[in-house]
Amino acid sequence: MARVIVNLPASAKRGEIIEIRTLAGHSMETGFRRTQLGELVPRDIINRFVCTYNGAEVFRADLHPAIAANPLIVFTTVATESGTLEFRWTGDNGFSATHTASISVV
Amino acid sequence: MRTRRQFLVLTGGLLASAAGQAQLPPNLAALRKAALNEAVRKVTGDAQLRRGRVKLDLPPLIENGNAVPLAVRVDSPMTEADHVRAIHVFTEKNPQPNVIGIQLGPRAGRASVTTRARIADTGTVIAVAQMSDGSFWSDSVEVVVTLSACLEDGLI
Amino acid sequence: MRIVFFVLAFFPPALSAEIPLAERRSGYEFMSRETRAMQDDEATGPAALWLLDGEALWVRQAGESARSCADCHKDMKGVAVRYPAVHSSRLVNLDQRINICRLEQQKAPALQLEGRELLALSAYVGRQSRGMPIEVPVDAKTRPHLDAGRAAFQRRQGQLNLSCAQCHDRHWGGSLAGNPIPQAHPTGYPLYRLEWQSLGSLQRRLRNCMIGVRAEPYAYGAPEYVELEYFLMWRARGMKLETPAVRP
Repeated sequence: MARVIVNLPASAKRGEIIEIRTLAGHSMETGFRRTQLGELVPRDIINRFVCTYNGAEVFRADLHPAIAANPLIVFTTVATESGTLEFRWTGDNGFSATHTASISVV
Repeated sequence: MRTRRQFLVLTGGLLASAAGQAQLPPNLAALRKAALNEAVRKVTGDAQLRRGRVKLDLPPLIENGNAVPLAVRVDSPMTEADHVRAIHVFTEKNPQPNVIGIQLGPRAGRASVTTRARIADTGTVIAVAQMSDGSFWSDSVEVVVTLSACLEDGLI
Repeated sequence: MRIVFFVLAFFPPALSAEIPLAERRSGYEFMSRETRAMQDDEATGPAALWLLDGEALWVRQAGESARSCADCHKDMKGVAVRYPAVHSSRLVNLDQRINICRLEQQKAPALQLEGRELLALSAYVGRQSRGMPIEVPVDAKTRPHLDAGRAAFQRRQGQLNLSCAQCHDRHWGGSLAGNPIPQAHPTGYPLYRLEWQSLGSLQRRLRNCMIGVRAEPYAYGAPEYVELEYFLMWRARGMKLETPAVRP
């Protein structure tokens, strides 16, 4: 599976806004580049990123070729309850990567 | 051909008429601007796009267009009654205008996103926020993009 | 631009004043605030994924020995700042030294130069010396290499007939095609070059320079690169290592 990095606090106070930093390893081939021989290099990108919090979607991003290689996505969510956050990246050519993290909310 | 002169006149005539029939090079700037407006309109529909409440942050002078740190923050209480539903970012001079589109809600706490974008050329970058009350707010930044020196393919 | 080149062409070679030690500045200081922030963001900066890979390779058993790097080495603190160095009468850089370990100690095949795995390992090893001052030792054995590296730095080359020293000793701080000219200290290699959209070695960057002056670049692993790297690291002695850095 592709490498991903997710940073978020392991615990937070109820109602606190936490910042989540994510990084996914992917070349994000735009589909607009050409080889030395003039052939078009086909598009191959991550096009969707979803974060769910105990099963409920809290953040979704549609990515386009204009997102740089090894896409960084930083967003926030409210620490509502203890549980699991799941992160999922999907893209062209069946690309898929997931990561789960636990959070303890006091 | 009896003489070289006749040959040259004939081929010259053929080339001239071919050039006349050939398409003029497309006005890329106008096409890209139209694509940008179309992409924004796809999001806003007929609603008016207002300036304000949105803060689009990216460096005005970009050292390398391959990875440009880009952040959007929207001024909103993010409550059930009044929150940001979506944030979209577009740019004018890329082969296609969409950069990123995010969907959020009150659970976000803050309407903000940070990423790294590819900005191909000097021009405009626009962020559009869609509010829960159906209104659209925006911010735009003019950026200058430079190219690194000493590349791998010998462009100088 | 052309005027600058013509003017430089009339300057005599090998008399370029070296930068006084106190005036040396890392390429970090010539970058924009935003690019610096990408280098400072160790957790989710663009080089972070290679560090993750490097860490995984460090503990992976390899070759007939079925040993991992971690099985023999406690840590690599202070190692990257001492390279290039002489090993078995040959001047080698850190990447080559890693491959020597793989061949001789792990009995595993050498990793491809400029390949993903070697870059990841090199970044992981270099990261452990981040913040430490560069200190390549010089003695009677290595002095000829230092002199050869210095000569290469001061030699004009390529169709544009420019030497490294002309831009990086004499005209640092000026502009080339809209970009600031840095002093060319290899303080952060391997680094994530935004232009490459990938991590790359000093040799890759030197090849870009040679292409820039329209000289034919040497192949990866050429001894000329290692001697030039040795000189550049000596020139940067005392400056802090930033591996893995980010540069435009």
